[in-house]
Amino acid sequence: MATKSIKAEYLKGLWDENPVFRQLLGMCPTLAVTGTVITGIAMGLATSFVLILSSLVVASIKKLIPSQVRIASYIVIIASFVTIADQVLKAYFYPLSEALGPYVPLIVVNCIILGRQEAFSSKNTAGRSFIDALGMSTGFILALLLLGSIREILGAGTFLGYQVMGSWFKPWIIMILPAGAFMTLGILLGIALLIESKTKRR
Amino acid sequence: MELVAVFVSAVLVQNFVLYYFLGICPFLGVSKKIDSAVSMGLAVTFVMTITAVVSWLINNLILIPNDLAFLQIVSFILVIASLVQLVEMFIRKVSPPLYQALGIYLPLITTNCAIMGLALIAALNEYGFAETVVFGFGSGIGFTLAIVLMAGIREQLDLADVPEPLKGAGIALIVAGIMALAFNGFIGMLT
Repeated sequence: MATKSIKAEYLKGLWDENPVFRQLLGMCPTLAVTGTVITGIAMGLATSFVLILSSLVVASIKKLIPSQVRIASYIVIIASFVTIADQVLKAYFYPLSEALGPYVPLIVVNCIILGRQEAFSSKNTAGRSFIDALGMSTGFILALLLLGSIREILGAGTFLGYQVMGSWFKPWIIMILPAGAFMTLGILLGIALLIESKTKRR
Repeated sequence: MELVAVFVSAVLVQNFVLYYFLGICPFLGVSKKIDSAVSMGLAVTFVMTITAVVSWLINNLILIPNDLAFLQIVSFILVIASLVQLVEMFIRKVSPPLYQALGIYLPLITTNCAIMGLALIAALNEYGFAETVVFGFGSGIGFTLAIVLMAGIREQLDLADVPEPLKGAGIALIVAGIMALAFNGFIGMLT
């Protein structure tokens, strides 16, 4: 693991170990907040903030944490950063915080974050953990962006609130509903696996 | 009447899995056989009801009177983690058969976002005590319903000819989408 270059450490989060498409982690927020692009991006940024800072802290103090209570310690660290993110959103971006509802506090149980602490930050240096967290965050934001774009364009005919489809277009209401979220993600997972198997064969 | 509405809404209309997208991980992971789905559902219902009670007490008797609402996230997660541990020890002592049945599913529940979501949504909706209890129990039943239905479908799905890349999580999500569409029909029940 330590032999990887910094660049490879970052890039693996984008595709090879993409949290959503390859590791199937963090599915709840992925499905819940991608009704529009803007909520997806906001969620991605909030999650990245928590992931990057928690990774930095965990990697820096990993020697001080006894291994029996490490999970509890990680959870407290993560919960503190989630609280900060939640309070900042409430204070400065109130409409966005309303739209995201319970999903910002729920970042605390996002398996991506705890998973990275356990699998990576607890064994690697702070610098490397930072790069790893940055890569995972980028992969997560890209996944949310993709899902949010598909659902908003097909479900409302808009992108970030701007009309992109002509007046001939009849919005597919189903894409905004929970059902659309499940189906879109299911099909995207299928496409991701198809691409993976095609590139592997070569 | 009000309580009945909260219950029906939690089970059918605002189903935790199909409406709030909470507890997707066990929904995809455990829902391969009906037996284990039932056990998981029971374990979740049990913990959800207790969590609803305890988190309501903490939120309304400790956090809100002392103006500490911003500590909700930290205190809820710690309470849930220790609660699951306590419940596990309690069941092992009191009812070994039940412990056998719930088995490995109990510890898994700690990281189940449905439990944390329950505490947060109940606090967000500002439910009273009785409503919170009914909401917790109803949400658990709703989760069980969704996961057991899913397990039944997936047992049949094993025999179907699914395209290679969609096998596993892909087809499960598409099936969940169709189920969510069916559950959408219940929305009219509350108005």
